[in-house]
Amino acid sequence: MSLTLLNVIVAVVIAIAFAAANAAYLVWAERRGAARIQRRPGPNINGPFGLLQPPLDGIKLMAKQLLIPGGADKVLFIAAPVLAMFPAIMSFVTIPFSDSIVAKNMNVGILMIFAFASMGGMSLLFAGWSSRNKYAMMSSVRAVSQAVAYEIPMLITTITVVMIAGSMDLMEIVHQQSASILHWNIFPLLGNSHNILMPFSFLIFFTCTLAETNRAPFDLGEAESELVAGFHTEYGSMGFGLFFMGEYANIVIGSCMTVILFLGGWSCPFGLFPGVWWFLLKLYLLIATFIWIRWTFPRTTIYGLLNLSWKILIPLSLFNLLFTAGLIKVF
Amino acid sequence: MVAYFSEIYNGLISLFIGMGITFKEFFKPTVTVSYPYETLTMCERYRGHIELIENEDGNPNCIVCGLCQRACPSGCISLAGEKPEGEKKKVLTKYILDFTRCSLCGSCVESCNFNAIEYSKEYNLASTRKEDFIFDLLARLEDRNK
Amino acid sequence: MSSPIQLQPDETFILNVGPQHPATHGVLRVKMEMNGEYIVDAETVIGYIHRMHEKMGEVKTYPQYLMNLSRMDYLGAMGYSHGHVLVVEKAAGIEVPERAEYIRAIMVELNRVASHLFWFGAFVMDLGGFSPLMYALQDREYILDMMEAVTGSRLTYCYFRFGGLYNDIDDDFISAARRFIPRMRKSLKKYHKLVTGNIIFHKRLEGIAPLTKEMCRKYGASSAVARGSGINFDVRKNEPYSVYPEFDFDVPVYHECDSLARYNVRMEEMEQSLRIIEQGLDKLPDGPIMPKKKPKLIKPPAGDYYQAVETARGSFGIRLVSDGTKTPYRLKLRSPTYSNMHLFDEACRGMMIMDALAFMGSLDLVIPEIDR
Ligand code: SF4
Ligand code: SF4
Repeated sequence: MSLTLLNVIVAVVIAIAFAAANAAYLVWAERRGAARIQRRPGPNINGPFGLLQPPLDGIKLMAKQLLIPGGADKVLFIAAPVLAMFPAIMSFVTIPFSDSIVAKNMNVGILMIFAFASMGGMSLLFAGWSSRNKYAMMSSVRAVSQAVAYEIPMLITTITVVMIAGSMDLMEIVHQQSASILHWNIFPLLGNSHNILMPFSFLIFFTCTLAETNRAPFDLGEAESELVAGFHTEYGSMGFGLFFMGEYANIVIGSCMTVILFLGGWSCPFGLFPGVWWFLLKLYLLIATFIWIRWTFPRTTIYGLLNLSWKILIPLSLFNLLFTAGLIKVF
Repeated sequence: MVAYFSEIYNGLISLFIGMGITFKEFFKPTVTVSYPYETLTMCERYRGHIELIENEDGNPNCIVCGLCQRACPSGCISLAGEKPEGEKKKVLTKYILDFTRCSLCGSCVESCNFNAIEYSKEYNLASTRKEDFIFDLLARLEDRNK
Repeated sequence: MSSPIQLQPDETFILNVGPQHPATHGVLRVKMEMNGEYIVDAETVIGYIHRMHEKMGEVKTYPQYLMNLSRMDYLGAMGYSHGHVLVVEKAAGIEVPERAEYIRAIMVELNRVASHLFWFGAFVMDLGGFSPLMYALQDREYILDMMEAVTGSRLTYCYFRFGGLYNDIDDDFISAARRFIPRMRKSLKKYHKLVTGNIIFHKRLEGIAPLTKEMCRKYGASSAVARGSGINFDVRKNEPYSVYPEFDFDVPVYHECDSLARYNVRMEEMEQSLRIIEQGLDKLPDGPIMPKKKPKLIKPPAGDYYQAVETARGSFGIRLVSDGTKTPYRLKLRSPTYSNMHLFDEACRGMMIMDALAFMGSLDLVIPEIDR
């Protein structure tokens, strides 16, 4: 596939549309889901099942004035929300949704996604620093230490998977799992590895995804009961909207990665009819779990969060890495 | 070492238990009332603002004794009456309730010995103007009779 | 985990939490001197919702003041009214029929459950879990509906009168209350599974904000704050009033002194309140709800009277100094959260802001009640 300029533009436009549509309707799904959990109806007035709520909210946000607080660093203040959205969209470009649906497959796809993911922390730092608000500042400091702490176990677990697959190419990783559910990296009873610890790796990876995307119970950056709204305290209008979309886009990326690395991508559990629908089904099931978790648990503390990462997740994932390396050597 | 792993294990189990509970709640019916579209009927004893009670002739029961005015802790009732020629009883000519100060305590209704005031069941009383809450209860009574 | 760090005097900054901050649940302002996330010093600033309840007590006649007490603490209004009617009855020598006292106790306990439910929900929400609040409110709604059918309002009941009650309870109320008890017990089990057992919740509360017995004594803390620190004090047991001696109930006391202990005390208090309600409904005598002889105008003889009651928030004391006229000479309201709140300044030093705000939640503050 030769990469022409047109190709890239089309891919980026589709990625933006996909990210925006997802963000909008995930907000809707989250509100409806949360409401159901709390035995309320949720947004149900605008349109059937309240489906018009997200676009109307979007219009409302766009109609508002973008206020820049006095004393704020204007450039960074405006750049931060854009920067929150940008890496997520770039990551979509390399994610394979099925055998054929991928904008640009790269043999180092994983590296690229992680590279962009670590930029997310930067946007939070910019937002917190530039708003000239103590709450925002505290939140952004938290967010950065959180991002640093959770990237490590996440990468270690990813390396485990990469070792099993022997490739950094996302397509290749999925192909190796495609035979049946028993070849998936989460239950690798058949296939390349016979690592019985992989379910734990999956849990570690999933936890890290929650933390990386600043989702409850690790939403310390937002922590509305302490830091008001965290790093986006001072943002209104579409600035806030972009942060929101960025957050949901990140959730989609994180879930995509989980699906690809552990749940066999677009392959079917029984080896039949592989295709994009399986990918989307798994993806949205995972996202539903995200929502479900958010509305169940209280928030952790910042030291609880760092303890979890440094004392539990990193040692366990390191152990699993060594274990896997040993297994690969033996078999 | 054992404590370390048992804590992780127990912690995980507790998280799954919590998720199980919210999962069950997810499928239960909603319990809320979507307010402007559905409303609840107010209960029998609901204490709204006060309203005059009329007798069979359509005149207020009130005999202008002023007990309610004196009982009110916030001084929101102002009333006046006059004695028409040849009549024994006073007739109410003015009964103003300043609802901005009323605390819905019910002292007025309790102090009235002549069954002349009662609680209304009205609760949709929002307004942006203060004057909307100065109720002329006599006028309201006439409105009701129309 | 919360050891204060040595720092230069100019390395701190002031953080204004409140008067409009999601964690203060009202208009409390806390001026915190922070070193990063650590609190170096804190100062609570109150008075944003001061309404002169004590002064009003001096200018209003006794019956006119009745409704003020339910406006102090909007979550547990019954308990406060109870204190007021008891002290005036003591002063004016009014006999209360037994049925009225039983109904009062039932109402106060129901209100205590409602108040604790709200606290439970709000507390977990402070910690970031939103759903438990909604579940708690569902149960609370049940209580409020029940009380509304009897008293005519949902929050500011103004239900007690000197000598008795405003109106009697009916069979509907009794059967609703009987249905409520098993329902509430089931919900409590759910809360324990969903929240109490949760590891995140545990980690956030265990060992956080230890309050020593001495400190609780020094500040005059009461309610779960004192009982979570091992002080076995409950006005209902220690200075019995009303018909509480007739009931068989326990006072939960925990010795861990941390936020979790305070949480556990309140959760257990709900169970004990349910027991009291159950017994109250069983023992409820027939009879009038207002005394036969009641002075038309309440004019207690000159003197000094005091009555303490155990409200949902702690021991509420009301001191009435009468000069024999129809208005009191002085009416002092000793509000329990006022004392509980002042612990915060001293106890939160060296804590992280997250823990401090969780600690504040465990104190169960109701701001209008502090400011009066
Ligand atoms: S309800 Fe109370 S405050 Fe309102 S008018 Fe009657 S006595 Fe006055
Ligand atoms: S107490 Fe009753 S009769 Fe007397 S003035 Fe008031 S409403 Fe009229």
